[in-house]
Amino acid sequence: MSLPLLEVSDLAVRFGPVRAVDGLSLRLPAGPFGLALVGESGSGKTTTGRAVLRLIRPAGGAVRFDGADVMRLRGGALRAFRRAAQIVFQDPDGSLDPRMRIGNAVAEPLLAHRLAPRALARERAAELLGEVGLEPALAGRYPHQLSGGQRQRVAIARALSVEPRLLVLDEPTSALDVRAQARILELVGRLRKERRLAYLLITHNFGIVSELCEQTAVLYLGRVVESGPTGELLGRPAHPYTVALRSAVPEIDPQQRRSRVILHGEPPDATNPPPGCVFHPRCPLAIERCRVEVPVLRQVGGPVGPAGSAGAAESAGLADRLVACHRAEEVLAS
Amino acid sequence: MSLDIGPLRVRFGDRPGVVNIENLTIADGEIVGLAGESGSGKSMTTLAVLGLARTVGATVEGSIRLNGRELVGLPERDMRQVRGRRIAAIFQSPAMAFNPVFRVGSVASRALRLHGLTGTEAADRMAIGMRQMLLSADLLRRYPGQLSGGQLQRVAIALAIALRAQVLLADEPTSALDVTVQAEVLDLLRGLRATEGMSVLFISHDLAVVAELCDRVAVMRAGVIVEQGEAAQVLAAPTDPYTSDLLAAVPALPPALPGLPPALPGLPPAPPGGLQ
Repeated sequence: MSLPLLEVSDLAVRFGPVRAVDGLSLRLPAGPFGLALVGESGSGKTTTGRAVLRLIRPAGGAVRFDGADVMRLRGGALRAFRRAAQIVFQDPDGSLDPRMRIGNAVAEPLLAHRLAPRALARERAAELLGEVGLEPALAGRYPHQLSGGQRQRVAIARALSVEPRLLVLDEPTSALDVRAQARILELVGRLRKERRLAYLLITHNFGIVSELCEQTAVLYLGRVVESGPTGELLGRPAHPYTVALRSAVPEIDPQQRRSRVILHGEPPDATNPPPGCVFHPRCPLAIERCRVEVPVLRQVGGPVGPAGSAGAAESAGLADRLVACHRAEEVLAS
Repeated sequence: MSLDIGPLRVRFGDRPGVVNIENLTIADGEIVGLAGESGSGKSMTTLAVLGLARTVGATVEGSIRLNGRELVGLPERDMRQVRGRRIAAIFQSPAMAFNPVFRVGSVASRALRLHGLTGTEAADRMAIGMRQMLLSADLLRRYPGQLSGGQLQRVAIALAIALRAQVLLADEPTSALDVTVQAEVLDLLRGLRATEGMSVLFISHDLAVVAELCDRVAVMRAGVIVEQGEAAQVLAAPTDPYTSDLLAAVPALPPALPGLPPALPGLPPAPPGGLQ
């Protein structure tokens, strides 16, 4: 694999005693490329997204963007990074100033980064609104005069204004209804092609990742428990948690509805993670070994055979299929 | 208990109605889905049934009958006996249903005592409701902020059970939850119909969720029901283009590759380690 755009290695983030992210590694090639971070509330996916953008200082590990250590950036290099990496939040209301007109909100990053004089920035803002499928005439409106889906488009236009190479999309559609969601996802798909974007798509819903993300990492309690090419990971999950997450996606077609794996209970307390595999208290497959021995993230087989045949994928430059479960082979074979 | 809605019109001032329902019936023990996108009038329908449309400045005309008894125009004092006691409601944000400065159990107890129960009866009934929602009664001693969204939504449902409400209005109760928690809550709602014979009006923008839970579905657009019928039939062969649009918007998983286990082997039916 050529030099990745983003490389996260052994990232750790603590909030006091809470280990929100605990030894997490990711690689994201240059765009167009999508990497999904999937997990429940509290899995550390949002914290990871923020640490990548240096909005939170990690307790350990490294984030590299274009090979440079993001935590050590200063001055001009830091400003260039702030421009190259942008975020779209779950709640567009929280990221748009209610007293600022839409057009000004989109133009603001251009002015802050001194990329355009005021008049030109206004012109660019109108173009950007058009690019995300909004009437440029909306530039004069205030956020509350727009629908949730429109506001999220504004947030995307604003993030795009400084021509980033990396976008962190933090649950960009979970506050929207399914129709608005479908339109936003379509927009992301178009933009990734047109702008050759690389992005982290943070979500709890596997349903939205398959079209937009080549790769997926499943997070649980601040760790990656499984990762790999999205189609393969969703088609044949190797971790019981992935199986449960996948089966939780509601399906219209009763034929497609698989026997549901209901996960009872909540993810454990991140101040005091359970010994052994952190998933074992909720895992239907847990055995004695899971209670004592921490499973390491290891390679598992490709589409066919068991472990050991994944070398071909590696040499093709594709990401490995990795899983942290003692019983992954049984999950794959069952 | 059955709930018959319609003809029902809800409007703000002189503007055209935001809800214009000809007929929507939830039979005894039936789960009916009301689907549509944001702004289609689903939540205004909930408020109208609860007799709360006035509080947001809307006018309600027409008829809503609970087991044949007319609710529109019922004096507030009588409506208070219906609301909660007969018809309970849960909303998208369960946190809004609980005062953050009181323990969850004290909010529940107060609601039950307002409906005439003694403190002991209230505690007993709440314990039963919590058990049905697979929650430990210990959670009642906590403050709302100490519970997850899924737990809080289940406490709200436990309260509806404790009130022995016969109709549950569920207005996007799982839209703010993780898919895993959503799956669990849907499962519990299904069980509730089985054990309590509760009738449920389930409001959602997501037809996949409706497909999983509901016997019948009504699709609403701009306040009007454009299509209704057996859920399986409407979703398999929609007749209204709007229903097709909503269906097309549901994100789809790629089909499972051969060899994906239908379920995990040896899945225990009960939560590991008992109640949370």
